[in-house]
Amino acid sequence: MTTTKFPLAADIDEGVPSALDRLHQWVVTVDHKRLGIMYIVMALGFLVVGGIEATLIRVQLAVPDAHFISPNAFNTLFTMHGTTMVFLMGMPILAGFANYLIPLQIGARDLAFPRLNSFAFWITCFGGLLLYSSYITAPALFGGAAAPDFGWFGYAPLTEPTYSRGNAADYWVLGLIIVGFGSIAGAVNVATTILTMRTEGMTLGRMPLFTWITLVVQGMILIVVSPLTATLILLLLDRSLGAHFFDTQAGGSAVLWRHFFWWFGHPEVYVLMLPGFGFVSEIIPVFSRKVIFGYPAMVAASVGIGFISLGVWAHHMFAVGMSPAANTFFAISTGLVSVPTGIKIFNWLGTMWGGRIRMKTPMLFCMGFLVQFLCAGITGVMLAVVPFTWQLTETYFVVAHFHFVLIGGLIFTVFAAIYYWFPKITGRMLSERLGKWHFWLFLIGFNLTFIPQHFAGMLGMPRRVYTFLPERGLELWNLVSSIGVPFQLAGVLCLVWNMIRSYRQGAVAGNDPWDAWTLEWATSSPPAEYNFAKLPVVHSRRPLWDLKHPEDPDWQYE
Amino acid sequence: MVSLAVLAAMIQATDTVSSIFAPVSTPAIKERDLSMLVLVLSAIVFVVVGGLIAYNLVRFRAPAGDQSTEPPQVYGSAQVEAAWTVVPLVIIVVLMLATARVIHEVQAAPQPPNAVEATIVGRQWWWEIRYPKLGVVTANELHVPVSDSTVRRPTWLTLESADVSHSFWIPRLAGKTDVIPNRTNHTWIEPFVTGTYLGQCAEYCGTQHAHMLLRVVVESPEQFARWVEQQRQAPAGDSAADSGRRIFLGTACISCHTVAGTVANGRYGPDLTHLMARATIGAGVAPNTKDKLRAWVKNPDDLKLGALMPAMQLDDEQLDQLVHYLLTLR
Repeated sequence: MTTTKFPLAADIDEGVPSALDRLHQWVVTVDHKRLGIMYIVMALGFLVVGGIEATLIRVQLAVPDAHFISPNAFNTLFTMHGTTMVFLMGMPILAGFANYLIPLQIGARDLAFPRLNSFAFWITCFGGLLLYSSYITAPALFGGAAAPDFGWFGYAPLTEPTYSRGNAADYWVLGLIIVGFGSIAGAVNVATTILTMRTEGMTLGRMPLFTWITLVVQGMILIVVSPLTATLILLLLDRSLGAHFFDTQAGGSAVLWRHFFWWFGHPEVYVLMLPGFGFVSEIIPVFSRKVIFGYPAMVAASVGIGFISLGVWAHHMFAVGMSPAANTFFAISTGLVSVPTGIKIFNWLGTMWGGRIRMKTPMLFCMGFLVQFLCAGITGVMLAVVPFTWQLTETYFVVAHFHFVLIGGLIFTVFAAIYYWFPKITGRMLSERLGKWHFWLFLIGFNLTFIPQHFAGMLGMPRRVYTFLPERGLELWNLVSSIGVPFQLAGVLCLVWNMIRSYRQGAVAGNDPWDAWTLEWATSSPPAEYNFAKLPVVHSRRPLWDLKHPEDPDWQYE
Repeated sequence: MVSLAVLAAMIQATDTVSSIFAPVSTPAIKERDLSMLVLVLSAIVFVVVGGLIAYNLVRFRAPAGDQSTEPPQVYGSAQVEAAWTVVPLVIIVVLMLATARVIHEVQAAPQPPNAVEATIVGRQWWWEIRYPKLGVVTANELHVPVSDSTVRRPTWLTLESADVSHSFWIPRLAGKTDVIPNRTNHTWIEPFVTGTYLGQCAEYCGTQHAHMLLRVVVESPEQFARWVEQQRQAPAGDSAADSGRRIFLGTACISCHTVAGTVANGRYGPDLTHLMARATIGAGVAPNTKDKLRAWVKNPDDLKLGALMPAMQLDDEQLDQLVHYLLTLR
């Protein structure tokens, strides 16, 4: 790199920046990579917080009639656990990966609106802190509960002033509105970047699948988070100005809240899950040494999932007493989602078929994902069968189902993504040995915890109960479920230790440690602030394959 | 995994275990039958796809230290894509046809003229139960007659809420129907086996959601008729309990509770006219014994933290007299 010195400028010797300088650089940065890292680190922090909340929940439920924590404390724990994992862990960590990877994958130098990006991160962070400050400040203001205690989907009228006295619910509403602004700003930014800043030759049909899926997800965020924000504002009006949208005592509607919330809430599941599919679609081909099978079908399936998912929200409401016709409609739409999802699973299997599979840690996590997501998908179809769901809904079966989706599915892919892209982000490899410990401990712990919850649900255990009675056949399942927790904690500790240790003394990665094919591996690890010294020109979906195999480039076959 | 779950759940069905795979009433039986079809299809899908994953991993795993050239690149196949689009679609269509049929059979079932009618009102955190045509009001214990193969005697239930959303669920009798304020819902049960079936509120409804239990007592038509007759009569007075009666009528108890034949006509708490005919107190939080009753009246929070009934600050002697009176409410 050459530096040009102007004679008028003073010759400043910057030396090694102090810790304060470095902190300052991180706080004021508008670099998409730094903001991406900050999103990911913040989300991992909230993952630990949410994990501690879950651990306390499982301790309380290990034995019947336990008095480890009070009912109120328990109710705040599951509320904060759900809210944290969806809004402060799931959304931000995916925003972080999108932030970091999208410009690199499409050959751009930054996102379209770098300062909006910084705004989105900080407002998300502050929204999370505002929500958590309710633990400290809400009781002082009105003597109400110390934190929200009405569940993460805040069913009316529990959130109304009559039933949620004090300010805890206001913290929840305002925190989520602010986090929602962050999500919307991020979605506008990333979508604009993908649509307008692709490098020469990077047509829509040549974008990596992670980029494609991210584009779909940003569209979904705009369609579903905006109405959620509006809904939360209606609730704020109820609470602060005496409106009656959801105030059933004054003629408001509890069912309306459910429709509004799940209009957001179900597509949200795919907002979280689709990027996981994106990670897997990047990782499985590289470690199978084969091009992704059926790229157009994968894109179509992603768009299809996004589209259908906007019409399935009322499957959370099969017990509300909707008409048989409405129940049937939502059963069919929910069942249909499984078709494009199945296409994805089969295409991944088609990619592995005939490959040379290398079982590195990222691939291990992808395989864990495949099996567990298969289970999640199957129980999902069960839940589309309305009469079966009349029995299963609001029980621990549902808890088990969506943890299979969000942990067995999403979190396993996030771990895979961490192992896969850590070398790009830091320039160092994560330890394979610790990675395998992490995988097996977490796999065992996860299945110990969540398989038994299916059984508890089928034996009549509702969710969100702070304790359960003995002699109802639930003791064994709950005990085993709690025994799984230390295994999961040990697994996560392996990851944390691995990241800290490898960051300092891991093997140097080089630009392309996995022999991969997408553009982010063409630049240095970690990439310079400007990403690419010279913007690349691409001719196919796998620009690095073309470089490595000039005799047999991809564009001949696309 | 799935079939194991079913097996375990079925074996465990006993009087106190409310397995959804041990139904004794029409809606729950239909739901179980449909779920069996779903579970069989699920097991097939799991074995096929799981087998493919395992086969892939074993067959195509690169040997350690494999440095050979890249395998042949296969970009896709329209025929294969079509196959794995159509086959799942067919499975879904079959499932949904069966689903639509059972939805209709349960939700659109006409009410037989001899059906017993009851209204269940969800409250934080107990169930108010009214039989408007029979003139009976009780709490947390629903009595219904049993059906047999010749005579159907189903019970048609109207579900309402006095505060927040709850959900009515007796796993062995019927799946859930939510109990929602400002909305009237309906469901029905038609049990074929006498006995007591347990359920509990299935929609989170606040602090004591965990202790909002409901017992359904299914009895022969004769027993049911006797129960109704007994519930309609005011409890026989017992002059030995007069001091406790005076305490009851002289404190705020009467603002919330009703005892037929007295001035106590509050409707916020459970009707106590036949308190001692019920097996539990506090919506299933404790057995209805003298000691537990005394502990409950002394301070409900001791048994059910957050219960909306306040402790009335009675001294020990007053407590004894009051409990003595309550024990006469049969």
